[in-house]
Amino acid sequence: MAAIRVRGLSKHYGALTAVDGIDLTIEEGEVFALLGPNGAGKSTTVEILEGHRIRTAGDVDVLGFDPATGGRAFRERIGIVLQQTALERELEVAEVIATYAGFYPRRRDVDEVIHLVGLDEKRAARIKTLSGGQKRRLELALGIVGDPDVIFLDEPTTGFDPSARRQAWELIANLRTLGRTILLTTHYMDEAQNLADRVAVIANGQIVAEGTPESIGGRAEGAATITFVTEGLSREQLPAQAQSGFDEASGIVTIQTPNPTAVLNDLTGWALERGVELEALAVARPSLEDIYLQLTEEGM
Amino acid sequence: MRHRDLGLVLQQIRYQNRIFWRSPVSAFFTIAFPLMFLVLFTALFGNDEIGSLGVTTAQFYAPALAVFGAASATYTNLSITTAISRDEGILKKIRGTPLPPSVYIAGRVGSAVWIALIAVIIMMTIGSVVYGVEIRGSTFAAAALSFVVGAAAFAALGLMVAALVPNGDSAPAVAQATLLPTAFVSDVFIVTEDTPAWMEALGNIFPLKHFVAAFGDAFNPTLGGSGFAWSGSENEYAIGLHLAVMAAWGIGAAIIAVRYFKWDPQGHRRGSRRRAGRAGANS
Ligand SMILES: Nc1ncnc2c1ncn2[C@@H]1O[C@H](COP(=O)(O)OP(=O)(O)OP(=O)(O)O)[C@@H](O)[C@H]1O
Ligand SMILES: [Mg+2]
Repeated sequence: MAAIRVRGLSKHYGALTAVDGIDLTIEEGEVFALLGPNGAGKSTTVEILEGHRIRTAGDVDVLGFDPATGGRAFRERIGIVLQQTALERELEVAEVIATYAGFYPRRRDVDEVIHLVGLDEKRAARIKTLSGGQKRRLELALGIVGDPDVIFLDEPTTGFDPSARRQAWELIANLRTLGRTILLTTHYMDEAQNLADRVAVIANGQIVAEGTPESIGGRAEGAATITFVTEGLSREQLPAQAQSGFDEASGIVTIQTPNPTAVLNDLTGWALERGVELEALAVARPSLEDIYLQLTEEGM
Repeated sequence: MRHRDLGLVLQQIRYQNRIFWRSPVSAFFTIAFPLMFLVLFTALFGNDEIGSLGVTTAQFYAPALAVFGAASATYTNLSITTAISRDEGILKKIRGTPLPPSVYIAGRVGSAVWIALIAVIIMMTIGSVVYGVEIRGSTFAAAALSFVVGAAAFAALGLMVAALVPNGDSAPAVAQATLLPTAFVSDVFIVTEDTPAWMEALGNIFPLKHFVAAFGDAFNPTLGGSGFAWSGSENEYAIGLHLAVMAAWGIGAAIIAVRYFKWDPQGHRRGSRRRAGRAGANS
């Protein structure tokens, strides 16, 4: 069953169209990542699904509720991490988490949550003494303390150091194992790659591509890049398909091809025949970032 | 409302209290500032009987300044902290949790009234212990009721200001610029026999003078009666009319506050404010 269904969603701010006819279906237990440049409409979309903003047009269903009118019963089943950090400076970490826990009928253990976000040492610290990344982790704790079925994370790991980010990924992967549905936005491609079952790229309020991180935007079928380095060879001595991608100064050869297996076979055959070493030989598919940049630059 | 919501209100009151006591500036202004006036006035005027009133300086000023402290704790604090919390996105975040908005607001109001009560108790205790202010049992109930109605009305006014100001930067200016001048025409700081008639009339319009009268007259030994009367004769303590004026202000303010209250930070939509209008409250 779909946890989130969106049809023809639009949001106008005066004359500005921030979200322009979005369709989305996110299954229960899925981790879904929204990617897109600044101002693409990610937060607007997510906050409409949370019930924070009122849509201009379209149908939205989250856990069987219309977020605009879902009220308390709806909010008991969702967890929210807003893009903007908003915390009471004078309170202690554990105080705030315990207070928020009290809002929910089903709740997680406060100490467990503190541990999950890696704030054990800061449990009695005033929030104003926390670093930016630690505050963000506290926000993440507040988002999951009510043991929600659907969790909205708007750039949850911005400001995290690399190990904190890994820890957050583990936490999110755990939530997924428990069958929770997660909609997150991020500017980190590795985060989407590591966490998401599916990703959508949004630009100018529209979804320009959607799919698994491996296949999105024709990534699986996209041209592979073969590179190697040669020494003491001139352009003419290379096989035909390598000549155009040869850089004489560095000796690096770059070949773009939709069928790398065949090209590699030719290349290695040629090299063995002549006793040439193909140094630093590598085959690479376009990265998620390559695809993302390609998708978002087209619209600009 | 569910049955456990009362527990949530108490939890929110404690939560807000904690925030208050950990912010030394607001605690100072609410509790210590009125006390400083008491010390100052008794030092300046001496603590003898004020001829025209027939009571000592402290007997007159302690309850008036207690009311001023209560108004700061409710009106000033509530308007400023609520507007700032909205700017910081804290109200928006609360709105995304199952905590009912009414419970959250009740927590804030409850905390403000609780702090007002503490300010009043400290003022009257110091007044009585240090300056010999007389506290009478016969008027205690009417004084307590006046406090509750007054504090609630000023809390509602504070929420109204929070609802109407665009951001937390303008809240202190609005709160101070309304409370201080009103205090000068409401028998808080100055007491003269020959107040100009227009000043009398002006003071009578606003709720602060009625709060001062309803609460302060309980501590005026020249007045008789328990206070539970509509409006007294020359020598009688009566709170009825005063409570009615405060209640009218409080209810009016509450209606405006509910109508215009916003949970989202307001910085973002200069261009679209007009068009967004009412529906823009949380869009
Ligand atoms: N409350 C608002 N009033 C007017 N315009 C808004 C409002 N909120 C967002 N916008 C505009 O809508 C567009 C989409 O904004 P949104 O915050 O959804 O982008 P985003 O994809 O989350 O960007 P980022 O990656 O920077 O967080 C932007 O052009 C923004 O300026
Ligand atoms: Mg955003």
